[in-house]
Amino acid sequence: MTTDSTASSQPRATSVTEQTLASRQGSLLRVVDLVLHFRTTRGVLQAVDGVSFTMEKRGAVAVLGESGCGKTSLARAVLRLLPRNVHTYKGEVWVNGTEVMKMSDEWFRQNVRWVKASMVSQAAMNALNPVLKVGFQVAEPLLIHHGMSKRDAMKRAEEVFRIVGVPVDFLNRYAFELSGGMRQRAILAMALITSPPLIVLDEPTSALDMLTQANIFNALKDIKNQLEVGYILITHDISTSSDLADEVIIMYAGQIVEHSFADTGYRSPLHPYAQGLMASVPTLREDKKLEFIPGQPPSLIHPPTGCRFAARCPKRFDRCDREPPMFTVGPRGELVKCWLYAR
Amino acid sequence: MPNEILLTVRDLHTWYELKKWGFFHAGYVRAVDGVSFDLRQGEALTVVGESGSGKTTLIKTILGLAPVTKGEIVFAGRRLNGDPRAFAWLHSRVGFVQQDPYGALPPFMTVRRILLEPMIINKVGTEREREDRVREVLEEVRLVPVADFLGKFPHMLSGGQQQRLVIARAMVLRPSLIVADEPVSMLDASVRVEILELMRRIQKAHNLGVIYITHDLSTVRYFSERVFIMYAAKVVEKADVREIVHNTLHPYAKALLAAIPDPDPENARRYRDVPPGEPPSLVRPPDGCRFHPRCPAKIPGLCEREVPPEFEPSRDHFVSCWLYRGGA
Repeated sequence: MTTDSTASSQPRATSVTEQTLASRQGSLLRVVDLVLHFRTTRGVLQAVDGVSFTMEKRGAVAVLGESGCGKTSLARAVLRLLPRNVHTYKGEVWVNGTEVMKMSDEWFRQNVRWVKASMVSQAAMNALNPVLKVGFQVAEPLLIHHGMSKRDAMKRAEEVFRIVGVPVDFLNRYAFELSGGMRQRAILAMALITSPPLIVLDEPTSALDMLTQANIFNALKDIKNQLEVGYILITHDISTSSDLADEVIIMYAGQIVEHSFADTGYRSPLHPYAQGLMASVPTLREDKKLEFIPGQPPSLIHPPTGCRFAARCPKRFDRCDREPPMFTVGPRGELVKCWLYAR
Repeated sequence: MPNEILLTVRDLHTWYELKKWGFFHAGYVRAVDGVSFDLRQGEALTVVGESGSGKTTLIKTILGLAPVTKGEIVFAGRRLNGDPRAFAWLHSRVGFVQQDPYGALPPFMTVRRILLEPMIINKVGTEREREDRVREVLEEVRLVPVADFLGKFPHMLSGGQQQRLVIARAMVLRPSLIVADEPVSMLDASVRVEILELMRRIQKAHNLGVIYITHDLSTVRYFSERVFIMYAAKVVEKADVREIVHNTLHPYAKALLAAIPDPDPENARRYRDVPPGEPPSLVRPPDGCRFHPRCPAKIPGLCEREVPPEFEPSRDHFVSCWLYRGGA
């Protein structure tokens, strides 16, 4: 067994073709100018500020960024899982070709959430109800969304337990009887049970051990190869995200600064922030001089008028302070929000 | 001049007693089960393991925060073993860097007060000297300009600054040993490197002994030379970090390394080789080698019966695995 074992590797089925990210329609998800601002005691916090991206069916997009960059808020905005202190929430979200922003909350709950898109939230393994059996909790979305009988739903729960690799007799156990990894798998089973075309994974493994994490990512890959499902993987763990992603979105201070295919995103990112972020990732196998980005992200209450990264950017010039950059198409069809690439 | 031995740990066992209904003896959790090592002055050592492998209990025992069931701990020539009189003496010579900086800092104290506190408790220096020392350590951890930070409360600092403050507090009494429990796991990637470099610089500058505990093997090489890998309360492999990465011997260590990704787009196109199952219960650990139920290279008739001793197949590379009974 070597560190780069490829014994069980198999070609990945993916419909993502090397087209430019700017021109495609987004058969699974299209987000246009999404804005999510929160009211706080100190002013309006621009957690997600004008975010646009597209995603194809069976794609896997990693949304990377540091804490406070708005990546979790983006996921919540897409699934409309909003807290009470929302100030502004607008933009367009197209799921499978349907605009969902115009829907009423109830219609959205009935026809989109857990039908078109489900979510595995952060530290989800602690989200299981301690007094209900795991199997019932996993089957519950079917009872609610598909009006299935409890018996059929439990049967389906058995199937998804097999897919995620949990022994079927665990259906009748309570959450405390399962290890952390098993609970995380159960939550994943819950997200899969209605077979939605899109699953949002928000830090799905950050609370788990390395071996368990590798196991869960193997299961996610399996699911992707077997079923019609696309992932949005939200994480700050860049190394682990490369296990799943075929596209990379880098967020900084509430905005997307780069959206590229995995080859560019991990090997030769374009945006100076993305470059700094990738250079700060420690690697196990190669000797690399690690770098860090001096300074701190700007306040999202009064963000800078120009480029939001300008204050920390090693390649800044006059224009960066004055005008916010627009998306430019990079050499391989990437989208990058930086004046360096403006033509 | 070779550095002298700062800390000696011999055959250390830490077992927590389990009780049924609060008083019936119901067995032990063997959190640390026979660990031995020496740490020299100026040497950095990393203990890597998954949760439940006993790495935190190991340092808790060294710090006197968990009972010694069996074995010996000698620090700077003094035998500790839970001696209550040695407790204060030890804590004025050992700095502790916690995992969660915000949780480790009292929210109602200013930076100045947080750094004065250890000196007040240990009755170190005059008031004047204490104030000078506070400024000195803040400069050392680069919380500058110092005057801006003295009056701040922990919540006014960013995560990276909080962790610098925790390091400053660990340094304030001029310890000879620093114990750091996952010091960067709560920090963002871009700050992580800064903190690791800071700790490395301080360690070199003061010739400190450092025990660094982590689950993240990929940060280790930026910090220390020697690595211990723990599994189910025992150290299974000890070697230099480069040796561990490029010449891994123990099957568990191999699996752990294989599970750690480097940022590479190729990763998405292959599966990782992960051994089945989960770490064993530490109440009733398996007989023989504790990894044998999950081990792909198990030797039938041997691994499930006999506990593997420590072999040294190459110089300074120790492994507790029967595969190496005849050398590498």
